[in-house]
Amino acid sequence: MTATDPDIEKLRLDFPILAQEINGHRLAFLDSAASSQRPRSVIEAVSHYYEHDHANVHRGVHTLSHRATEAYEGAREKVRRFINASSSREIIFTRGTTDAINLLAASFGQSIEPGDEIIISHLEHHSNIVPWQMLCERNDATLKVIPINERGEIILDEYHQLLGPRTRLVAVSHVSNALGTVNPVEQIIAAAKERNIPVLIDGAQAVPHQAVDVTALNCDFYAFSGHKMFGPTGIGVFYAREEWLERLPPYQGGGDMILTVSFAGTTYNDLPYKFEAGTPNIAGAIGLGAAIDYLLDIGMDKIQAHETALLDYATREISTVDGIQLIGTAAQKAGVLSFNLDGIHPHDLGTVLDHQGIAIRTGHHCAMPVMEFFGIAGTARASLALYNCRQDIEQLIHGLQLAIGMFRS
Amino acid sequence: MNNALELKKLYRETVLDHSRNPRNFQRLVPADRVAVGHNPLCGDKITLYLCVNNNLIENLAFEGTGCAISLASASIMTESVKHYALDEAQHEIARIMHQFDSSNPDDATAEGDMAALSGVRAFPSRIKCATLAWKTLEAALQEITETTTTE
Repeated sequence: MTATDPDIEKLRLDFPILAQEINGHRLAFLDSAASSQRPRSVIEAVSHYYEHDHANVHRGVHTLSHRATEAYEGAREKVRRFINASSSREIIFTRGTTDAINLLAASFGQSIEPGDEIIISHLEHHSNIVPWQMLCERNDATLKVIPINERGEIILDEYHQLLGPRTRLVAVSHVSNALGTVNPVEQIIAAAKERNIPVLIDGAQAVPHQAVDVTALNCDFYAFSGHKMFGPTGIGVFYAREEWLERLPPYQGGGDMILTVSFAGTTYNDLPYKFEAGTPNIAGAIGLGAAIDYLLDIGMDKIQAHETALLDYATREISTVDGIQLIGTAAQKAGVLSFNLDGIHPHDLGTVLDHQGIAIRTGHHCAMPVMEFFGIAGTARASLALYNCRQDIEQLIHGLQLAIGMFRS
Repeated sequence: MNNALELKKLYRETVLDHSRNPRNFQRLVPADRVAVGHNPLCGDKITLYLCVNNNLIENLAFEGTGCAISLASASIMTESVKHYALDEAQHEIARIMHQFDSSNPDDATAEGDMAALSGVRAFPSRIKCATLAWKTLEAALQEITETTTTE
């Protein structure tokens, strides 16, 4: 499948939102790294559930409760297969990536002692910085940051230097949301495992673009969000190796995560329910399951090939624009073009492009340390997903020329 | 829905001129009052310097980075309140904030270059860009030393 393949035009029809005009122009949606759009099958799975199958899960003996439980647990099994976890007991539904990372920071964090060290990278989204900062502050531990080079790549040699006897956890992103850098997670994990240090991978920006196999990666924890992979908002996944989940204390207390409760004490439920207190986002999980079906139906390899070709095309095209500065030029990139244009503030650019029907993100992309590294307040970011095509890029380039005409005279 | 005309109204020639060549764009040393304004959402940051004598703004200037709207607003503001008495400036801030508030009917009270910025009312996501300088001025008048944010 190439970027001009008519398959993409057909596939775009699966996404009802893309059919509309914005400000009188064809919608070029280039903001999927912030949140992707949903195919009709996901929207229908959610509404079908509410129209026909809703009741609370894991409780009632009645038919609807049984159906809801089957659908919810069916979604868990789809997630397990999607990331190749060894058991569905290792799949915890959360509100999203942020919630998953906070779960780990709160639960695993209880064993962190003064002087312990946690390693993150300079490329992280705030959601993989702040929970660890809070933990380090609470427990008097130290946060170590793997530096990056001017292309926006993690410097592996420096990472190896940071690994030490007090390192308790390594937490890095699979793909940078601000720059699109694909991090060498295999090498990062391998180096940590040599020292028996557990690793969390923030996969929010990876799962919509490439096949992810947590068993092959050999990571201990992996987190991602439904809404960035064509599923609903408010649902995400925390994968953890079973032995960790057995050892870790629960995150939140409440219904569903218990077996018995008395005032003398409580026994916790089995996995994965020990980490899912309260009525879960049942419809969200079902929608996520439908999104996984949709992705697998197309094929992750096909999606990755299409996006790689489109990113190459977009990079070539945008490089010809006068006064363009690409931020993040890693050898391995996925789905993101972050840039600045001489003499035009990203915020103004965002407004002008919006008037041409082009949706991009502007600002710091919840990665202020990355912006600080490059000495800028923010960038304009065009991000790709499986439904983007050359026409979107052509529209973007045209919009940039228009902005140049307006602001530089 | 915004249309092309509204975009032209937002980026009028006056606004673009002020953003390309901001007036009173310098550091004032010494200054009687210094206030810092920050829009954390887009990173815009301005530092405002005031020289005050006998309750009169004798001079003011600013430095900083920002989008065309926030730079133009700051530039126009420094021109419009220079030589104002402090209470007059306070009154002007209230009037301008009211003008930018898109929930108010357009009473067309803005005059001069400030009127050029009225196009921002059609862009709710950009109103904070236009108000940053004015909120910072308010902080300077009230002698608030912490950074003022638009959030």
